[in-house]
Amino acid sequence: MSQLSNLWTRFLSLNTDVQVRWKSMSRVQRLSGYVLAVLALYLAPWWPKIPGIGWLVNTPGTQFSTVLNDQVIIFVLVALGLNVVVGLAGLLDLGYVGFYAVGAYVVGVLTSQHASLPWIVALPIAVVVSMLVGVILGTPTLRLRGDYLAIVTLGFGEIIRISAKNLDWLGASRGISDIGKPPSIGPLKFGVLDPKPYYWLGLTLVFLVVFCLYRLEESRVGRAWTAIREDEDAAELMGVNTFKFKLWAFAIGAAVGGLAGAHYAGKVGFISPDNFPLQLSILFLAAVVLGGSGNMAGAILGGIMVAWLPERFRNFTDKRVLVFGIALVLVMVFRPEGLLPRRVRTKSPMKPASDGQEVTQ
Amino acid sequence: MTLLEVRDLHVFYGRIEAIKGVSFTLNEGEIVTLIGANGAGKTTTLRTISGVRTVAEGSIFFEGEDITKMAPHDRVKRGICQAPEGRGIFPGMTVRENLDMGTYVRGDKGPQKAKDLEHVMHLFPRLRERIGQMGGTLSGGEQQMLAIGRALMSKPRLLLLDEPSMGLAPMLIAQIFTIIKEINADGISVLLVEQNATQALKTAHRGYVLETGYVVKTGAGSDLLVDPAVRAAYLGG
Repeated sequence: MSQLSNLWTRFLSLNTDVQVRWKSMSRVQRLSGYVLAVLALYLAPWWPKIPGIGWLVNTPGTQFSTVLNDQVIIFVLVALGLNVVVGLAGLLDLGYVGFYAVGAYVVGVLTSQHASLPWIVALPIAVVVSMLVGVILGTPTLRLRGDYLAIVTLGFGEIIRISAKNLDWLGASRGISDIGKPPSIGPLKFGVLDPKPYYWLGLTLVFLVVFCLYRLEESRVGRAWTAIREDEDAAELMGVNTFKFKLWAFAIGAAVGGLAGAHYAGKVGFISPDNFPLQLSILFLAAVVLGGSGNMAGAILGGIMVAWLPERFRNFTDKRVLVFGIALVLVMVFRPEGLLPRRVRTKSPMKPASDGQEVTQ
Repeated sequence: MTLLEVRDLHVFYGRIEAIKGVSFTLNEGEIVTLIGANGAGKTTTLRTISGVRTVAEGSIFFEGEDITKMAPHDRVKRGICQAPEGRGIFPGMTVRENLDMGTYVRGDKGPQKAKDLEHVMHLFPRLRERIGQMGGTLSGGEQQMLAIGRALMSKPRLLLLDEPSMGLAPMLIAQIFTIIKEINADGISVLLVEQNATQALKTAHRGYVLETGYVVKTGAGSDLLVDPAVRAAYLGG
């Protein structure tokens, strides 16, 4: 078992080797590297056709591109959003499925149940409404800490699901059907048969979210979040308006969760309260923690694993959940900080002397 | 000139009244120390001045302005910065990032920041050696230095120090108090909370003795140091 762990450590150091070589490459080389990687991702629906790797990634029993969109993209989006709340700001949210449901239901209500707006118009509304729900939930509850916040959010997720189940206005347990689909762009038809266009749309959303979150993380906001996660009292004493930034983390996380829900609703065309069980909240959290809480690349990897692993082992039938569970336990035993930890830092990478030289008087 | 004035402060933890009417003043340029046993209310007083504990009754004035109800981050902007007790640093950030957090309120002005960083590392050479290391991997003494250094990075007018000597080796304790005097000589007023009464009274201009939420005695540091009652209670005879 420890060999397994060693293997992973070696993989990570290989990773740093690659990083070093990557940094030594020219701009053109790097740019073409990015273009190739992005292209490969957009071509992912055909990966199972590649000899060798194809067998490994393929999901027996389910169409691969369906898994890519309905599972992988959704989990990656959700993990990215939840990572802001849990990983960056350090707020334990056990009801994240609530925001995901709000996003899906807003699209359902606006494109089918009570209006017939196009999906593309309902999408931004869904994001904004989810964000507002985040603010409404966060304003009273973010004064709580740790376990208390976890319990309140746990309740929130259930409240949303049970409300949807009991409100006729939201279709009650029948749910909402005939939800609007994304508009077709040229040859790209968002129908019921081919999941590929949805995957491409979802992947584009992922890139968009990654870009925005990356900018945020590198800003003053990101630093404030890190400080709050590390020690909320100390952050307060350093002049960080902790309540404001916690609320921001909550709202942004909620918005991304709502976006994932809206994308999901547009693809499946039918939602019901049963699509948003508590178990989903737990799986979302598992994705973030498994991948590496606080690290965007980790959250993405975690989202992929949690979404893809159960599908990969679908021919284990009932036992696939067991396999998945064992995989989770193994990762947590050998990589307690996740597959891609927040950072692997070596000793003293910065040279203090250069800071000193700037101040010769 | 009076920099900080605390008037008849009452603070509660739930139903328990931790501070029962504390009043004191701190003049610009002074080092004032609050001494007393565990549970006397020293740390609570400090945290109330920082704003992380709410006041039940009484008021706090900073430069003549009533800050009793001001949010903690606004107080940092006014120039009140606290180095918290023990290990109140950010364990998962490097020493450099911890120090950078000190400048959070005043924004990141390049050259000025580099100059302040250099000044802090001049005061605490150990931090220079540890600059890229995670805060959580430092020794207790180094973490204490980091907490003080981080507070200094905010360029405070008033530095609040909570038990800076706690858990340190005797040699380091002497060093910390020398540094506190140096900081004060740079024009920063210091409110020092200490259990190590001897060193605190030697360092401070004036002192207040706290006992179960009340101020029981006040005077110049050197006077308190020779006061028989204070000696008996806090200085081991």
